[in-house]
Amino acid sequence: MTLDAKIPSGPIEQAWAKHCFDMKLVNPANKRKHSLIVVGSGLAGGAAAASLGELGYNVKCFCFQDSPRRAHSIAAQGGINAAKNYPNDGESVFRLFYDTVKGGDFRAREANVYRLAQVSGKIIDQCVAQGVPFAREYGGSLSNRSFGGAQVSRTFYARGQTGQQLLLGAYQALERQVRAGSVTMIPRTEMLDLIVVDGRARGIVARDLVTGAYSVHIADAVILGTGGYSNVYYLSTNAKGSNTTAIWRAYKRGALFANPCFTQIHPTCIPVSGDYQSKLTLMSESLRNDGRIWVPKKKGDPRPPNEIPEDERDYYLERKYPSFGNLVPRDVASRNAKAMCDEGYGVGKSGLGVYLDFSESIARLGEKTVRERYGNLFDMYQRITDENPYKVPMRIYPAIHYTMGGLWVDYELQSTIPGLFVLGEANFSDHGANRLGASALMQGLSDGYFVIPYTIGNYLATNKFPKVEESNPAVQEALTEVKTKIDKLLSIKGNRTVDSFHRELGKIVWDYCGMGRTAEGLEKAIGLIRALREEYWKNVTVAGSADDLNESLEKAGRVADFFELAELMCIDARARNESCGGHFREEYQTSEGEAQRDDENYSYVAAWGYKGDNAPPELTKEPLEFHYVHPSQRSYK
Amino acid sequence: MKLTLKIWRQKNSNEKGAFVRYPMDDVDPEMSILECLDVLNETLILKGVPPVAFEHDCREGICGMCGFVINGVAHGPERGTTACQLTMRHFKEGDELTLEPWRAKAFPLIKDLVVNRRAFDHIIEAGGYVSVSTGQAPDGNDILVGKEVADKSMDAAACIGCGACVAACPNAAAALFTGAKITHLSSLPQGEPERDRRALAMVAQMNAEDFGSCTNIGECTAACPKEIPLDVIAKMNRDYICGTVRTRDDLPTPVTPVLAKS
Repeated sequence: MTLDAKIPSGPIEQAWAKHCFDMKLVNPANKRKHSLIVVGSGLAGGAAAASLGELGYNVKCFCFQDSPRRAHSIAAQGGINAAKNYPNDGESVFRLFYDTVKGGDFRAREANVYRLAQVSGKIIDQCVAQGVPFAREYGGSLSNRSFGGAQVSRTFYARGQTGQQLLLGAYQALERQVRAGSVTMIPRTEMLDLIVVDGRARGIVARDLVTGAYSVHIADAVILGTGGYSNVYYLSTNAKGSNTTAIWRAYKRGALFANPCFTQIHPTCIPVSGDYQSKLTLMSESLRNDGRIWVPKKKGDPRPPNEIPEDERDYYLERKYPSFGNLVPRDVASRNAKAMCDEGYGVGKSGLGVYLDFSESIARLGEKTVRERYGNLFDMYQRITDENPYKVPMRIYPAIHYTMGGLWVDYELQSTIPGLFVLGEANFSDHGANRLGASALMQGLSDGYFVIPYTIGNYLATNKFPKVEESNPAVQEALTEVKTKIDKLLSIKGNRTVDSFHRELGKIVWDYCGMGRTAEGLEKAIGLIRALREEYWKNVTVAGSADDLNESLEKAGRVADFFELAELMCIDARARNESCGGHFREEYQTSEGEAQRDDENYSYVAAWGYKGDNAPPELTKEPLEFHYVHPSQRSYK
Repeated sequence: MKLTLKIWRQKNSNEKGAFVRYPMDDVDPEMSILECLDVLNETLILKGVPPVAFEHDCREGICGMCGFVINGVAHGPERGTTACQLTMRHFKEGDELTLEPWRAKAFPLIKDLVVNRRAFDHIIEAGGYVSVSTGQAPDGNDILVGKEVADKSMDAAACIGCGACVAACPNAAAALFTGAKITHLSSLPQGEPERDRRALAMVAQMNAEDFGSCTNIGECTAACPKEIPLDVIAKMNRDYICGTVRTRDDLPTPVTPVLAKS
C-alpha cells in the first residue's frame, strides 16, 4: 500500500489557498441533502459540527457525556498559540511553523503544520467574536504571554481555564445550530463501530448509555473528533471517560493508525498518593518559570524538605543543563525526574516525586507577586495535598498527558477509508513526536473551524452516495459484532474487575512504553499484554446488565480496546530504532543523554494497518520531506 | 479511617428508591469522595451487586459532570470545591455521609446519583451564544474590551454547568446558571446586539423547563463550586426587564422541555 498525503505542489505559503481553490464545492441548495456524522463534541468535533451546520449540512453529533459541554478539551489550562504578532516581538506564521516542526523533532508533515500556523490567527478572531473572555490589557487589547519556553509571546489565554472558555464558545455555536435545526445532538451515546459499505465510511453503530439500546446511523461521511488515548496508561491527566474506542474500531475497519508510540509525558503533575488513585492532576508548566527542582543528595533522606540544608540538595536540572536549567523541554524534564526517582532519590511517601521549590522566588519577589502569578495553581495543589506550597516545596512527578499518534490522515484530514475524516488529537498530523505547549487547542479548532468545512465539500462533491438500508449486510455485520462483544463481556462473570485489569495494563505500558523504552523491555511488554488480555477475556467480571446505565460495562468495552492498542504501541515503539521527541529509546541517545534521531532511516510516519486479530499489523511508511525547516539536533546544555 | 456511606439507590425513575448504608473500613484521608465511591464499587462488583452510579469525568473540577448532595450540601462542605476535589480528610473517623442526587423537578433522575441535566443545554440553545458563524469575525483587536469588563465577564463565564445551584435552591431555580451566561455575554461588546433577545429567550426556556422561581435566597452562590456571584441574577433580571420593554414579536418559542419528553 502506498499513502498519498495529497500535499499540494508549489510554495508552502500558497499551498492551502491553492488547494482550497482546487477543491470542488457543494452547491448551497444541495448541502442539506448531505448527512454527516460527527463523533465527539470537543474543540475539534464541536467546532466541526457547528461550522458544518452553519454551512447547511444535515449533521448528527454524538458524545458519550450528558452534554457536549463536558468534552475533555475543557480541562486545558495554559492557552492557545496564534501567529498574531500583537506584542511586536518577531512572531510570524513562519516562526510558529518553524517552532512547531522543530518542537515535533522533525516527525510532522510540513504542509499541515504550515496551514495550522496560517489559520491560527483566524481562530483567535473567531473565538473573540463568539464572546470568549480572553485576558485583556487595560487599554482593551488582547493579552499575550510566553509559554512552554517559546521565545515570543504568542499564547492567548483566559485565566487558567482557556480550554474551558474555548470549548464553551464551540458548544454555544453548536447549540445555536441545534436550535436552528441543522445539527441533531445525541448525548449519552457511544460509537461502538464504523459502518463501511463498498469501501466507504457510511455510518456508525452506537449504543444509548442510558437504555442500552443499539442504533444504526447512516450518513454520507463520518467525522471523528474523539480525542487521544492517554488512558491506556490508566493513570493519566485525561478525563476518566476519554477512550480509544472510536478510532480503534475505525482502525479495525481498515483505517491506518499512525505513530501510536508518540505519547507525551508532562513533567509537572501532582504525584500519586495511593493505590486507589483514579487519575492525575496536572499543574501548569508555567510553574517551572519560578520554581526550582531538586532532590536530596542522600538517598531516601527522611528529613522534611525545609530541614535539608542548601548544600545537601541536588538541583539536578540546573546542574546538568546550565543554560536552560529548570526550563528544559517537557520530555527532558520528565526523563530526569524519573531517573532521579529510579536511582532512589525520590521524595514523598511513594518515593515517586521531586521537589519544586518556590522559596527562593518568594524571597526575591515577595509572596504577593508569586500569588498573583500562580495563586490558583497553589490553591489547587493545597486543596489536593493539604500542603501549603508557600511554606513547603511542592512535590511533582511526570504523568502522561497527550498522544501525538492517531489515525493517519491526508492533507484533507481524510483517513485511508474514504469518507472517514479525523480531527484534533484523534489524528496524528501536526505535532510530530512532541507537541508544544498551547498547541493542542490550536490544532483542534483549526481542524474543526477552518479545515474540515472546506475539505469535506470536496469529498461530497466528487462522490455519489447510493442509499444504504439498515438491512445491508455490512450494517448488520457491524451491529452483530457490537452486540456479540457486549454479550460476551457480560457472560464471563470472572473474578477480577475491569479497573483491576486496566490498572495492571497501565502499569505495563508505563513501565515499558512510557518515558524510557528499550527493545528488550518492549518485547517483554508485548508478552505481558497478550497474557493479560487473554486473562481478561476469561476472568473479567462486569456487574449489572446491558439494558440500563452501566458504567462498568462501558469501561469493559473500552479497556478491551486499550489492550489491543497497547500492543500496537509497543510494536511501533520497538520498530522505531531511534529516539525522537516523546519516544525515547534508551539504546539511542547521545553521549550527553539526549534523544538521538536517525533521520536517514526513520524520517517517516509509521502507519499501521490491521490484518486480523492473530496476524501482525502491516507497516506502511509515509516518507517525510523537509524543504523549509532543516532537521537539526536539539541541545539544551 | 472508618466511616459509613449512606447512599440513595434507585434503579430508574420508575422504581422507588431508598437509602442503603455501606460501612467503609479503610478510607484513606487523601482520597477524593469519588475515589471512595470507586473503592466501594470495586467491592460491590466482586459481590455481584450493581455498583453505585454516579457521574464524573475530568476529576479536576472543570468539566461539571460530577456532583451530588453530601450531608445536605451540594458538592459537600468545602466552599468552592466540586465533589471530585473533595478529599476525605474533611471528614472524621466514624462519620456517616449521606449521598443523594440533585433533587429538582427539572432534573429527572436516571439512576442512583445520576440525573438528567439536559434542561441546561436547552437554556443555552435558546440564546446563550453570539450569533456569529465561522469565518465572519473581524480581527480580535478591532473591538477593544477593557480589562475590568473582560474580568467581570470571565467571572460569570467560569460556570461549569454542574447544577449545584439548582440542587441548593429551595425553589430549584436555575437563575444563577442562566444569569451567569447572560452576564458573561451581555457584558461584552460582542454580545450587545442580541442582549434583549438573549435574555427573553433564555428566561422563557428556563421557565418552560419547570425550574422554580428565584426568591433571592442566595443558597446557589454559596453552593457554587466556582463561586459565581449572586449579582448575575440581578443582571439577568435587568436585561429581561429592558428586553420586555423593547420586545418584538419574532422571539423564538421554547423547545419542548426535558420533563415533557421523559
